[in-house]
Amino acid sequence: MSAAGTTVEVRDLCVALDRRPVLAGVGLSASGGEWLAVVGPNGAGKSTLLRAMMGLLESEGEVLVGGVPARTLKPRRRARLMAYAPQTPLMPASLTVFEYTLLGRTPYISHLGRESRHDREVTGAVLERLDLAELAGRTLGRLSGGERQRVVLARALVQQAPVLLLDEPTTALDLGHQQQVLELVDRLRLADGLTVVTTIHDLGLAGQYADSMLLIADGRTVASGPVREVLTEPLLARHFGARVRVTEDPTGRPLVNLIRPTPPV
Amino acid sequence: MALAVALAVLLVCVLAGLMTGAAGIPAKGVVLELADLLPFVSVDSGLSPVEQGLLYQLRMPRVVLAAIVGGLLALAGAGYQGVFRNPLADPYLLGAAAGAGFTATLVIVLVQADGLVPLAAFAGAVGGVMLAYGLGNTAGRGGGTATLVLAGVAVASFLSALQAFVQQIRVEQLQRIYAWILGGIGGDWSQVWLIAPYALVSIGVMLAHGRLLDVLSVGDDEATSLGVSAARVRLVILCAASLATASAVAVSGLIGFVGIVVPHIARRLAGGSYRVVLPLSLIGGAAFLVLADMVARTVLAPAELPIGVVTAFIGAPFFVGVLRATRAVEP
Ligand SMILES: Nc1ncnc2c1ncn2[C@@H]1O[C@H](COP(=O)(O)OP(=O)(O)OP(=O)(O)O)[C@@H](O)[C@H]1O
Ligand SMILES: [Mg+2]
Repeated sequence: MSAAGTTVEVRDLCVALDRRPVLAGVGLSASGGEWLAVVGPNGAGKSTLLRAMMGLLESEGEVLVGGVPARTLKPRRRARLMAYAPQTPLMPASLTVFEYTLLGRTPYISHLGRESRHDREVTGAVLERLDLAELAGRTLGRLSGGERQRVVLARALVQQAPVLLLDEPTTALDLGHQQQVLELVDRLRLADGLTVVTTIHDLGLAGQYADSMLLIADGRTVASGPVREVLTEPLLARHFGARVRVTEDPTGRPLVNLIRPTPPV
Repeated sequence: MALAVALAVLLVCVLAGLMTGAAGIPAKGVVLELADLLPFVSVDSGLSPVEQGLLYQLRMPRVVLAAIVGGLLALAGAGYQGVFRNPLADPYLLGAAAGAGFTATLVIVLVQADGLVPLAAFAGAVGGVMLAYGLGNTAGRGGGTATLVLAGVAVASFLSALQAFVQQIRVEQLQRIYAWILGGIGGDWSQVWLIAPYALVSIGVMLAHGRLLDVLSVGDDEATSLGVSAARVRLVILCAASLATASAVAVSGLIGFVGIVVPHIARRLAGGSYRVVLPLSLIGGAAFLVLADMVARTVLAPAELPIGVVTAFIGAPFFVGVLRATRAVEP
């Protein structure tokens, strides 16, 4: 894949929605091959952060992709550098999985042009990789929630961008498919040097896969750094209002367990 | 595949349309006459000069005009549905019908020059849409599609009120006004030439944007993240579709049903990609209206039914039939 090892950097990002500040001075940095998990309670501003990085919202501050300010990039150029999968994608019920995934090749197709054979091959290969090949001819209206989520991921991967922004890529997936999707993203970023930024609610999964973590609450950065420094009992208690126990697994990665306030009798 | 079938259907409809009519022209003569038009083919049709005149000056322009109007309306409908991401959007959604109705009534009542009605209707349709678009964009910041539709509703009811007002000034013209509103394919070559340039431009633009309409269908955010400006695609399609609607309205009045039903059937039969839905709607709409016009001028011959009545009358049952048939196929 192209331009592997692209760094994304966000400096002092501020976003206001309906004149209400939703993000205030958030910053992050992730280099090629790195996986950054953005965590925080509901409404913290995680999705807003990804959307602003993608240039979908008006924002103040800077987003640098490979050292270049994202707002100076032409739309197609930016689309070749960054791919984005939204939390609640719109999926027209009568498009087929293949047609939908193929749309991810848009940044490589001239404005009124059509896809090349290469575009179709890339699409086929990604569907294969995501275990979706048998569904290629199925319409989106006839997929399960988890299948839809994988199809959205496929569309983003087909874009072959070195930076991948995924908003809650695993929420609708069963245990096996969560693991499968995260393993796939993990392999891609290690093999191709992709920079991965995901928002994710499952702190256990985040702890297992991410290298670094950004914890935001109320639109502000409250902690960032290596996973072990962010996934701590006091921080989680303060910002999620949750009682958890954080232990270490044999490889040194944090394990997060919920504890019932009143232990079962 | 679906396109080939649709083209064959259109061909059959056109042939049928040319063969039927008040004056009986031998069917075989019509076929031979058409064969004669093909390059490198020369046959004697055996039609008399009068019959030839009838065929070339009356039936043929009428069939051609019906095909163009039907194709334009269905294509415009498909375009509007793509822009608004709503299968129930129709070509008249943004005030094209009300605008055309108003200006056509104005001309019928005040100027009483029939030759001016198409131009007036065209201008009215374009004006209505522009008014709705302007209002929708200034009223709602960001110009969401919902605001646009609401602006269309406001503009349409305002212009309809104006139209009703003007029409009440000259009640004796009521029948002509209604005849225009209910739609009819007039049919001489001058009308064909009048709208052909606009038809060609709008058809070309719309068909070229099939893939981008697919991109638009996955959402503005995702279109943007794929490097496509959703607002620009939307504007281009709206312009082209409105041009198509205005051209159709100019020569045929208000013909309902085609713009919603035909794209819907196309989607049912050939899937949701606009790259197929657009050309299929164009061809299907043409075939449908040629057929409807044939019915309109033969059922009560020598009197004619308004074509808008016919489209609803044969369109509705047909539509229900398609809905039932395709649902039966789905698991
Ligand atoms: N279009 C909007 N206009 C105004 N406020 C908005 C808009 N979209 C989101 N917000 C607000 O911005 C805040 C951040 O929303 P965001 O979607 O970024 O949260 P999130 O961290 O992704 O939450 P979740 O975990 O539930 O997905 C929320 O308080 C939300 O209510
Ligand atoms: Mg979110």
